[in-house]
Order: sequence, then structure tokens, then C-alpha cells
Amino acid sequence: MKVKNIVIAGLGGQGVLKASDILADAAFRAGFDVKKSELHGMSQRGGSVSSDVRYGDQVLSPMVPPGEADVLVVLEETQVEINRPTLRAGGVLIGPDLLDPAALKNRKSLNVALLGAASTVLEIPHEHWLAALHANLAEKLHTLNEQSFAHGRAAALARSSAE
Amino acid sequence: MTGERQLLSGDEAVALAALHAGVRLGTGYPGTPSTEILETFDQLGGHAQWSPNEKVALEVGLGAAFGGARTLVTMKHVGLNVAADPLFTAAYTDIEGGLIVVSADDPGLASSQNEQDNRHYARAAALPMLEPVDSQQAYDFTWLGFEISERWKIPVILRLTTRVCHAKTVVHPRAAASNIPEPSFQRNIQARVMIPAYAKPAHQRLRQKLVEIAAWNDAEGPIRLDTGRANLGIVATGIAAVHAREAAPKASQLTIGLTYPLPLGRIRTFATGVDRLVAIEEGDPILADALRAAGIPVECKPEMYRFGELNVARVRRILAGDISPEPVPPKGKPPELCQGCSHRGVFEVLRDLGCIVAGDIGCYTLGVLPPFSAMDTCVCMGASIGVGLGLRQVLPEAQARRVVSVIGDSTFVHSGITGLAEMVYNPPATGHVVLILDNGTTAMTGQQEHPGTGRSLDHSPTGKISFEALGRAMGVQNVHVVNAQDKEPSFQDLIVSLLAKSETSLVIARQPCVLAAPKIRVYEKAAAERISPANCAADGVEP
Repeated sequence: MKVKNIVIAGLGGQGVLKASDILADAAFRAGFDVKKSELHGMSQRGGSVSSDVRYGDQVLSPMVPPGEADVLVVLEETQVEINRPTLRAGGVLIGPDLLDPAALKNRKSLNVALLGAASTVLEIPHEHWLAALHANLAEKLHTLNEQSFAHGRAAALARSSAE
Repeated sequence: MTGERQLLSGDEAVALAALHAGVRLGTGYPGTPSTEILETFDQLGGHAQWSPNEKVALEVGLGAAFGGARTLVTMKHVGLNVAADPLFTAAYTDIEGGLIVVSADDPGLASSQNEQDNRHYARAAALPMLEPVDSQQAYDFTWLGFEISERWKIPVILRLTTRVCHAKTVVHPRAAASNIPEPSFQRNIQARVMIPAYAKPAHQRLRQKLVEIAAWNDAEGPIRLDTGRANLGIVATGIAAVHAREAAPKASQLTIGLTYPLPLGRIRTFATGVDRLVAIEEGDPILADALRAAGIPVECKPEMYRFGELNVARVRRILAGDISPEPVPPKGKPPELCQGCSHRGVFEVLRDLGCIVAGDIGCYTLGVLPPFSAMDTCVCMGASIGVGLGLRQVLPEAQARRVVSVIGDSTFVHSGITGLAEMVYNPPATGHVVLILDNGTTAMTGQQEHPGTGRSLDHSPTGKISFEALGRAMGVQNVHVVNAQDKEPSFQDLIVSLLAKSETSLVIARQPCVLAAPKIRVYEKAAAERISPANCAADGVEP
């Protein structure tokens, strides 16, 4: 399979890196070659954070080249425009406006909800998403995040059928 | 973490390989992007410890290697500057157990004060250097590093970069080693006591070792050849090699794993088979210079690509000879001191008093940004004290009296104690004020312990250095421990009174890091329960 490029972006503390860990783990469990890369450090102090995940038969560079992301997931409205150049023409943007924050039981699970939305355009079987969610989150958070994932997935499907 | 394929960061892969290869001791000082190596090694069950700084870490590691133990020493690129003194002479010695020194470089300065290229250290110290391209190679090269180190009794530098350390890629681990010899001291004075009489022949032995390692590298070193079209040949190292494979998949490419001493024979043969040879390397043109010095015609990247990280797009531009200005990515939101951070009150006071602030390395360096703009210098770990003293020594009195040195707790232990000795020994005429911002953790790198916290790398209790007792014992005239939020007397009043005195002052502003405080309470509770006799009988039982 040709390499799939996903960029997840937001602000420090929003769970960008947790989301990319879950995505990379799900793709890994699905049997793909996977590379995931981001910059730690200063970015953790509330600044802009973005993480690249690439999977396919063989991934070379761990970084998504500018303008080559197939999917861009953004957790914070102010971060949409500064990350848009990473998206290829025809790529899919999944932004926070997809969801009504009030519909989430816990707003901290926005990262997982938007992964649910992204899952509609990624070829990773559902069982691997679930396994990755479980492996990367504390047990007491499993139910909440499964619900958020399902909510985000349903919202994305509803939007795409509306379009 | 054995057997099956795993998705690991380069740091985690080095730790896993260290465990599998039988490493007895891991030492280091936290520094992005190297920190997770020792943390992971500890979590996997290895014996890992933070040293006060990288020099001590390497010296402890060298002792362990002299004693016959496989040893891993980790640090960020600028940490190797601190450890350079033992490094250069350790190269002359014969070690028994394998010794790997990890240098985690930060091209592009994701979280550092410079982007120095530590490949220069391999040539300068005459030590073999391995450069993995991904986590699998980070794992494999850790094993290989120990084999090279023990075969030639020489320390080996494992050079990682940010995108190798922090990128997660797939790793197939191998079975753990089963026949690692027990540590035992064998006297070998001429190989370990570097007085001139013994160091002169040791230098010659070192050069002979490098000749042999270069020949081995040519014959069976970790070199990957991708045979492609003859019109373009790429010779590449480190993470740049995978960018190059993606940028030019049809080119012929030679990827060098042991980058010092170079396999010049293999490269020469490769060069004769291609029409055009381009060196693709991140940072300084070290590979290109070495090939040119060896008489191998090679194209070097344009100067503009010395700066920052490489990526696929930049490698495409290098191959196309494109030196037009690069697109500037949109600026993101800069980091800032956390809401509720104890440093905020300190920098508000320093700003309001118009202080000239000699700063240091840590979260608190963010005090330079608005709304504080309260830092005037930042160079390296510990420099705040020396730089502040230098300013005090030469400035006119009105300015000299406004100078303060600001340093974090972990940084103070790392490199600030000798600065305090300087203050006591050469006090400026106006005196001086040193501020330790003690938030009880090495916050910037992810809340690691240090000798001032009283807890070891695994957060268990250990000896604790008291900064106030140290300052008094060293002869500092005024020593105060405060909370910057105190009202009576206020932190500001205290600083004003100390700046007016022509005496030496040490102020410890103590308040836990807001991010670390919950964890610190858990560690303290666990420590209290451990020493409580009532709990001895219930050891191991959940309350």
C-alpha cells in the first residue's frame, strides 16, 4: 500500500501526542510499517504541537513532507490555518468544528473523538483502533474514550453523507 | 519487550538493546532528546542513575567499564561539551566492559541553545561513531557498539538526532545475551593511568585501533547499498539517509552506519560507479569534507542547508541545486511559563526592578519572552553565575548593582556550584545576588530527579543536597530561602535590600513545579510509608 500521511496538530496539553500514539499503534497492529515523529520539549509549555504519522508497506522518512498530508486532524481552531499548508490538494481536514464540544462527556477526549472521525478515511480495521485505545489509555478511561471515538466517527459519517 | 515486533522510539530502542546486551549501569544527565533512554532502561528493570552532570556521568561510566561492565552513558549534544574532558583521555585508555556514549543531537534546535554537530567529536577525540537512521538501527547499533567497544577496548559514540530519538518506528528485537562476564578488576596501569610516560604510547595505540576499525568498516561494517541508476549516487548518513531514499528512490545510495572512521574504500568504489556523487548529511559538511580530503569527488550541499533539520523536501532541493529562498512555514504559538508557575512571580519582580538578568538553561529561560522580558543573557548550563559576576566586575556601579544571576535547581547542581565558589573567592565590589529558582525537579526535560530533590532516578529516597547549607558552608554572606509569593516581607523587598548591599547573596526561591507537584506528593507519601515501622508488616499489601 502507498504510504498514508496523517498530521495531528493542536496546543500543548490537548493530547496531540497521545492521539498520534494511538493512531500509530492502531496502524502498527493492523500490520503496516509505521513511523511517527514530532518535536518534544519547548512545545509542551502550551505552544503549538504537531505530530506526523505515516503508514504503509514501507515508510522511509518519519516526517510528512509539506503539502503531502492525506489527512490533517486539528484539535484547536487557531491551529487550523498554520497547519493547512501540510495538507495535499484534495486532502481531508478534520477540525474541532466537526463536533459540538457539549456533546462530549469529557472535553479532554476531543483528541480521541477526532481520531474516530479520521478513522472513516483510514484503512485500519475497528478492532485495532479499540486495541490501541486500550493499550494507550488508563483502564478507567476506556469506556469514555470508546464513546468519544464512536461519536466522532458518527459525526464524520453524517457530514460526508450530507455532502 | 522481547521477541515480537514492537513500535519504539529510538530512545526506547537503545534502552531495550542495552537491557538485552547486558548493560550493568546506565548513567547520564537529562537533556532533550536523550532523556527517555535512561528512564526506559529503568522501567525495563535496568540499573540507571542520573548524575549531577554529564562529566560525572561519563566518569562513573568509565569506572564501570574499567571494572568490566557493559555501560551506557547518555546525554544531549551540549552535554558532551561538559563531558569532553574525560572523553578525550578515555579514548587513550583500554576499557574492559563495552562503553557506549550516546550523544543526542538537536539539529534545528527543537529544544536547545545551539545546533552543534557532534560528529566533530568523533574525529576530535578519535573515537568510533555509529549513526542509526531509525529505531531498528538504534537497537542494532547499540549491540554493535558494545561489540566494537570490547573488541578494540575503546569507547564508542552512538550519535542520535531528534528525529531518531523521538520518532517511533518498527523494531524486531533479538534474544538477550546470555554469556556476559561478571565485572572484575584487572590491573593494567599502563593502559589506564594517563601520565605522559604511558599516554604517549597510548596515543599511538589509539591511532592503530582506528586504522583497524576503518579496515573492518570497509570489509564488514554496517553499510547499506541500494543499487539504482548510475546517473546519481548518494552517500548519506543518519536520518538524512531515509529522507534521501524517499526524495530520490531511483538513485544509487550508499548509507554509512559507522561514520567514523569512514569506510573510504567502499565509498571510493561506489563513487567510481556513478556519474554524479552527492553527500546528503544534516548539519555541517563533515562527510563531504572528509571525502574531498580523501580525493573522492563529491558534491556538497549548498551552505543554506547547513542550518536546521533536513527533510524530504529539502533533500529534493539539494539534489536539484535549488538555492532559491525556502517557503517559511507559518509561525505557531510559542511556549510560555505555565499558569501558576512559581517562576512567574520572580520574573515580574526582576522586570519591575529593571534588573540586568544573567539567565540560565531551563523552563525559566521562558522569562525572556513577554510579558516578562526579564532575561539578558543565556549561554550554557551554569553560565548565569559566571556571566553575572563578570558583568558586576566591569560595569559602572549604578548598572552593576542591578545585576542578578538566575539559575534553576537542577542546573545549579549541574554547573552552578563552581560559580558560587567564584563569587565567594572573587566577590565584585558591589557584591552579587544569585537566585536559585528551586521548583524541586528538572522541569524542562520532563520532571527528572537530581541531587537536590533527595530522590533517585526511580523516585526512591536518597541523599539530598541542601542549597542553603551549601551556600553558608561555602561562605556566602547572605543566604535566604523564600517563596516568591510571600507577602511579608515580600520577595521584591528582599531583592531590593540585597541589591543595595555590597555583599554576596544567595536567594533560594522554593516552590514546587505545578506540573510536578502532584507526583512529588505521591513520591513523598510512598517514602514516608516505606520508613514507617507500622507498615513493615504490611509490606506489599495494598492499603
